[in-house]
Amino acid sequence: MNFDALLLSRFQFAFVVAFHFLLPAFTIGLASYIAVLEGLNLATGRRVYLRISNFWIKIFAVSFGMGVVSGIVMPFQFGTNWSRYSDMVADVVAPLMAYEGLMAFFLEAGFLGVLLFGRKRVPQWAHFFAAIMVAIGTLFSTFWILVVNSWMHTPAGFSMVDGRFFPFDWFEIIWNPSFPYRFMHTVTAVYLTTAFAVIGIAAFYLRRNRFVEESRTMLTMGLGLASILVPLQAVLGDLHGLNTLHHQPEKLAAIEGIWDTRTNQSMVLFAIPDESAETNRAAIEVPGLASLYLRHSLEGRVLGLRDFPKEDRPPVVVVFYAFRVMLAMWATMMLLTLWGWWLAFRGRLFATDLYLRACNWAIPVGFIAVTAGWVTTEAGRQPWVVYGFLRTADAVTPNLTGRDVSISLALYALVYAVVFGAGVYFLFKLVHAGPAALSTAPEPGMAQRPARPLSAADAD
Amino acid sequence: MVIDLVPVWILILGLAVFMYVLLDGFDLGVGILFPFAPDDQSRNLMMDSVAPIWDGNETWLVLGGIGLFAAFPLAFAIIIPASYFPILIMLLGLIFRGVAFEFRMKAHRSRFVWDQAFFWGSLLATYAQGVVLGTFVRGYEVQGRQFAGSVFDWVQPFPLVVGAGLVFGYVLLGATWLVTKTEAGLQHWARKKARFALFGVLIFIAIVSIWTPLLEPRIAQRWFSWPNIAWLAPVPIATAVIAAWLWHSLWSTREGAPFFAAMALFLTGYGGFVISIWPNIVPHTISFWDAASSAKSQAFLLVGTLFLLPIIVMYTGWSYYVFRGKVRSDAGYH
Repeated sequence: MNFDALLLSRFQFAFVVAFHFLLPAFTIGLASYIAVLEGLNLATGRRVYLRISNFWIKIFAVSFGMGVVSGIVMPFQFGTNWSRYSDMVADVVAPLMAYEGLMAFFLEAGFLGVLLFGRKRVPQWAHFFAAIMVAIGTLFSTFWILVVNSWMHTPAGFSMVDGRFFPFDWFEIIWNPSFPYRFMHTVTAVYLTTAFAVIGIAAFYLRRNRFVEESRTMLTMGLGLASILVPLQAVLGDLHGLNTLHHQPEKLAAIEGIWDTRTNQSMVLFAIPDESAETNRAAIEVPGLASLYLRHSLEGRVLGLRDFPKEDRPPVVVVFYAFRVMLAMWATMMLLTLWGWWLAFRGRLFATDLYLRACNWAIPVGFIAVTAGWVTTEAGRQPWVVYGFLRTADAVTPNLTGRDVSISLALYALVYAVVFGAGVYFLFKLVHAGPAALSTAPEPGMAQRPARPLSAADAD
Repeated sequence: MVIDLVPVWILILGLAVFMYVLLDGFDLGVGILFPFAPDDQSRNLMMDSVAPIWDGNETWLVLGGIGLFAAFPLAFAIIIPASYFPILIMLLGLIFRGVAFEFRMKAHRSRFVWDQAFFWGSLLATYAQGVVLGTFVRGYEVQGRQFAGSVFDWVQPFPLVVGAGLVFGYVLLGATWLVTKTEAGLQHWARKKARFALFGVLIFIAIVSIWTPLLEPRIAQRWFSWPNIAWLAPVPIATAVIAAWLWHSLWSTREGAPFFAAMALFLTGYGGFVISIWPNIVPHTISFWDAASSAKSQAFLLVGTLFLLPIIVMYTGWSYYVFRGKVRSDAGYH
């Protein structure tokens, strides 16, 4: 086994999956938002919902297209860089991944075309139905891929023969202990990502006095969703954390920055964890609080990292800070939500420039939060790839060298920079054009319409 | 009682791979022909002829890849890492040409960049696929359940030649596709290119057919021992007949026949390839049955596949029906 190849393969996987995940993190929420807008248009007949929906369908199309292109790379990563993992774990995880792929294509085949190109070709209710099916389809994909991910954190329902994993009970595999929590927490997170992107873009227009009716509706809807989901996410995150405490105590200890096992455990607000000295520097702590929210009693004992062998500990610094970045993003969302309510009660929501500017700047909060949360949970699972059963070091393709993976990682970085750069540039152009400009686009006949995501944005 | 699902999965995977080779084959071929077109208007027509369907075509690559992973994981864990760099180049090529379809239409000053991306992406992806195929036929160094060779094992005369052969093959598919989809001058040009490509394909078929049995005695044994030679003689005979039919149809006025003949040529090639490696999925060491995942895994996935795959096939057929007929500049797709 080659150390550089292992480390670089981990970087490469993190790189391609992080870029890929940014797109579904946005499009899952967007698909549901579009379905709601279509439903509201059908129920109220107010054209503003239609204009907003048309606008977001274009953004959805480009993001979905980039998600598909970056998604083709993913299944091959398991083979090229993680062939030991593929051999040992495939019997359990590969059918689940295949379901994800099949359902994604089933959805793309059946309903995406109608949603993107069918506005004037099918009755309104059919268009609404297609929007719902696309939204459900994205949630199905999320379901399957998170089953795989959760199983790697809390493996269940399998038996081991000669070091390989075999399915024993599919129900237990799918409904493994961390899955329900991870699914709820992730779906809420991606909905919030979309909500704050919608809020931010509405604020961008309002500050420039453009598309005022659309923007007010978008801001109100986004804030309404955030009012429910931001507090809810605190509850779901807490439940997910307690689930982690139960099943992956060393990950939780790294998240909390706890080194010594004891009762009356302090909550570490901020610190510089020192892994070699096994202690925190410059720590700001609240005594007893961690025991209180983790064990619901000051007498509650919380395990510290010292209780785990060094070779079984996750990289503390990464997990510790990534978790705090995620929390900071949540706090920003909470602040913007409360501030928004306060302004709304005083009737100044749409007219407070400082607030709108803040919302505009806050467009990335959700993206940063999901990425940081993902780093927390994945780095927190290390040194395992299948927690407790298969080490990451034993999963990598054995014959790769550091040089091989450096070359591939550099090429992925280069190509993604060009392709994602061009895609983001194009998304900016769409946002600058805004909703009204897009609703005047001519509608060519269905026979000439390409059933492809990116070309739905051919308005300019 | 446990039913052996391996034959079912061989069929499904075989279908996915063949669908991919045919469908993405012709649109990659169009991409390789792209810069050689007579004028810019022809290039627009060529792009329009494949634009509505290319991403559906690439669906089959993902289904094939995931299908191999789920149904024959041991093969996946050996073949994919052994082709580390060719697969990397293929993926990056496919990404570039994929976005080139879209960005080319939107770009003004940078249009030439996306034209180049479309050509080079198509060419590199095709060549890389041919190299993967050539490496596959040569076989892999396997120890236990792992690939034991080097990531540069594909740098051998045989895979590099097969790569060039596949470029001619996809160009043949692409050119005959253009014969069915275009008219007048462009069609005439496509016929010329198809004849040129067919010439190349036949040379490479001859080279590979002689070289493969020399490389691997077991393949020679399969084809030339008695009575196999009698049973298998129809394969090369069919190839010769189809090649003659294709050549003839390219000189006639028939528009659909060349594309079907080119696909039939690929079918005989595919058949010959399967005969050479059967019953192994990792030539020449691991059989389909040895590489298969557990019956429980195969059964679990089969339930959903038998429901979803026919719908995907029907949709593919429907989208080809929707975009049937000639592409014309006035009714272009954008």
